[in-house]
Amino acid sequence: MTISIDPQKTNNESLQPKGFLRYFSFSLDHKVIGIQYLVCGFLFYLIGGTLASAIRIELASPMSDFMPRDVYNQVLTLHGTIMIFLWIVPVVNGAFGNYLIPFYVGARDMAFPRLNAVAFWLIPPSGLMLVASYFVEGAAQAGWTAYPPLSITTPQSGQIIWILSVLLLGGSSIFGGINFIATIIKLRRPGLKLMQLPMYCWAMLGTSLLVVLSTPVLAGTLILLSFDIIANTGFFNPVLGGNVVVYQHLFWFYSHPAVYIMVLPAFGLVSEILPVHARKPLFGYTTMVFSIMGIVVLGLVVWAHHMFTSGTPPWMRLFFTIATAFIAVPTGIKFFNWVATLWGGKISINSAMLFSCGFIINFVFGGITGVALAQVPFDIHVHDTYFVVAHFHYIVYGGTVFIIFSSIYHWFPKVTGKMLSEKLGILHFIITFIGFNLCFAPQHWLGLNGMPRRVAEYDPQFQFVNQISSLGALLMAISTIPFLINVFLSLRDGIVAGDNPWNALTPEWLTSSPPPVENWEGEAPLVEEPYGYGKEISEIK
Amino acid sequence: MTTLDSSKEIQKNNSEVNETHEDFRMFGLITFLIADGMTFAGFFAAYLTYKAVNPLPDGAIYELELPIPTLNTILLLVSSATFHKAGKALLKDKNSDSQKWLFITAFLGIIFLICQLFEYFHLPFGLTDNLFASTFYALTGFHGLHVTLGTLMILIIAWQSRINGGRLTSQNMFPLEAVELYWHFVDGIWVILFIILYLL
Repeated sequence: MTISIDPQKTNNESLQPKGFLRYFSFSLDHKVIGIQYLVCGFLFYLIGGTLASAIRIELASPMSDFMPRDVYNQVLTLHGTIMIFLWIVPVVNGAFGNYLIPFYVGARDMAFPRLNAVAFWLIPPSGLMLVASYFVEGAAQAGWTAYPPLSITTPQSGQIIWILSVLLLGGSSIFGGINFIATIIKLRRPGLKLMQLPMYCWAMLGTSLLVVLSTPVLAGTLILLSFDIIANTGFFNPVLGGNVVVYQHLFWFYSHPAVYIMVLPAFGLVSEILPVHARKPLFGYTTMVFSIMGIVVLGLVVWAHHMFTSGTPPWMRLFFTIATAFIAVPTGIKFFNWVATLWGGKISINSAMLFSCGFIINFVFGGITGVALAQVPFDIHVHDTYFVVAHFHYIVYGGTVFIIFSSIYHWFPKVTGKMLSEKLGILHFIITFIGFNLCFAPQHWLGLNGMPRRVAEYDPQFQFVNQISSLGALLMAISTIPFLINVFLSLRDGIVAGDNPWNALTPEWLTSSPPPVENWEGEAPLVEEPYGYGKEISEIK
Repeated sequence: MTTLDSSKEIQKNNSEVNETHEDFRMFGLITFLIADGMTFAGFFAAYLTYKAVNPLPDGAIYELELPIPTLNTILLLVSSATFHKAGKALLKDKNSDSQKWLFITAFLGIIFLICQLFEYFHLPFGLTDNLFASTFYALTGFHGLHVTLGTLMILIIAWQSRINGGRLTSQNMFPLEAVELYWHFVDGIWVILFIILYLL
């Protein structure tokens, strides 16, 4: 059975708000929703970044003198939750996914536009609820992992609001995932084969599979946790005969794949950006596809490497160590493919390229410490220390956030029709790169020497290194200023970009900038070779 | 006037590129049901782990009796069959037959819920008595929520399959097919739940 699109029903232009106002409406246009995700996510990034700065100010001195200890716990919980659930996951999936995927599959919109709008509009209320929980008896204090029994014994209202908020965000994520799977598999333009799709589609397909398979488990777990908090049941409360380790298993069954939910789309985006600015085809397309799917499968069976100190039996330690080490293989393949894409290319040194290269460097460091952390003897030594904090931020900030900025520099001309200033962009990159490494590289040393994470006070011998780290955090905070100036100045009087300023071949550049409401005037172009750089025009189909 | 003109223009432009695509609503629903099934999978995994590693404390009561849940299993399996009948009838444009079968299905769902509540009131343990009691109520309660939603949806489509003015016709089968798939899913979950909770 086929459905015919009734233009009067699906897109009643005269009723939709125009201009700036449509970003505040229940718009069904995938491009509007993408921008809504991006701007909303960035506002939460500013909030989460402010909280991170507060943490680093507190840790500049060994005593808890900047804020009381319980407030410190609330700040680190909100920082983690906001950055993961309201900035990285919505932006790297929702924002770029919604904007780019319909172009890449040659469609006029996502498969389920209304579901798409619902998925976005779940985010602002749950984010506001989360931030507002600070004013109700204090926000949640149990960290973004919300381990019981800590999350059961800390003040209840903050924790319950946290659970409700994460449940809503999880729902939004699942709706988004369903939409992406349906769009990529079912809404492809006739004649476009799966193995001709740009790499970001594959990354989003893998990510969405992980979202659909693992997020519901977190939802179920949090429902049980809320029963423990409100109804006095004992699922995870040892005093009442429950089992805390079961919570950890269920939680990490979502939250380890969540790392891939945050980083796989970034892999896809960097695979779009590198070939354009190096003027070379993406190296090893097929191996890229298979490594993404390999990461999806392996990513579902490695969760217990977060629990090596939770009394896991030896066979489990062995299994999860080996499975985790195996993930290094597909990840390594992707890394070498990016380097090989750059190799011998005609590289333009611009902001998008610099941020992508910064990503590759940071991600290798994060990956190496990741393989190290998978080894049980080493993991037991550095468990719950700053080493883990350093590793995590190298993956998630040095990896994904660098790519978010790279993507903004790359696609800003398409979205707005104006170029961003390269000078300010390069300044933004330099401050971010130095600040980031200054902030997190010393934390490896702190962790190896035994400084525990999530504690407001520490041994005075660590003070100097902590101050270096805080200085790096200050630079990271400052780096936002040139970026914001750049965006606002370029929006007002940036150079007009034209339809295809980078001479790229992927489909979103084959329409006007900014694109019209249904993406193309007339039929969608059939792009069989999205990475055919460095070839004669006649060779490209 | 200008706005009217421009909107007409757009409609004209759009109707020129009026396109058709495959119906993938069912695909989206199946993806959603996989996600929903994963929630249950998490619950089942938790329950089985508890059974394997957490002993029942001394003096704790956790006993289940089979008659009511067996009756419930039969009710749900029969309701799956009656739902299927409703679909067949609608396909042959026999709306009143379809509506009759749908009401029978909804009635079976309601009986299931009443039996479930009857069991709750007669069990010798409450929600917070012990770990297994809590897990029992969480699992059956979450499933019961699904049955409740399913019954409501069946009643809605039964109303919509009325002969005059109903939206459900043999040309517009999707609402019925979607609820039917959901109902079979809920039945399947119940069978697994019955085996794990009552028989193991």
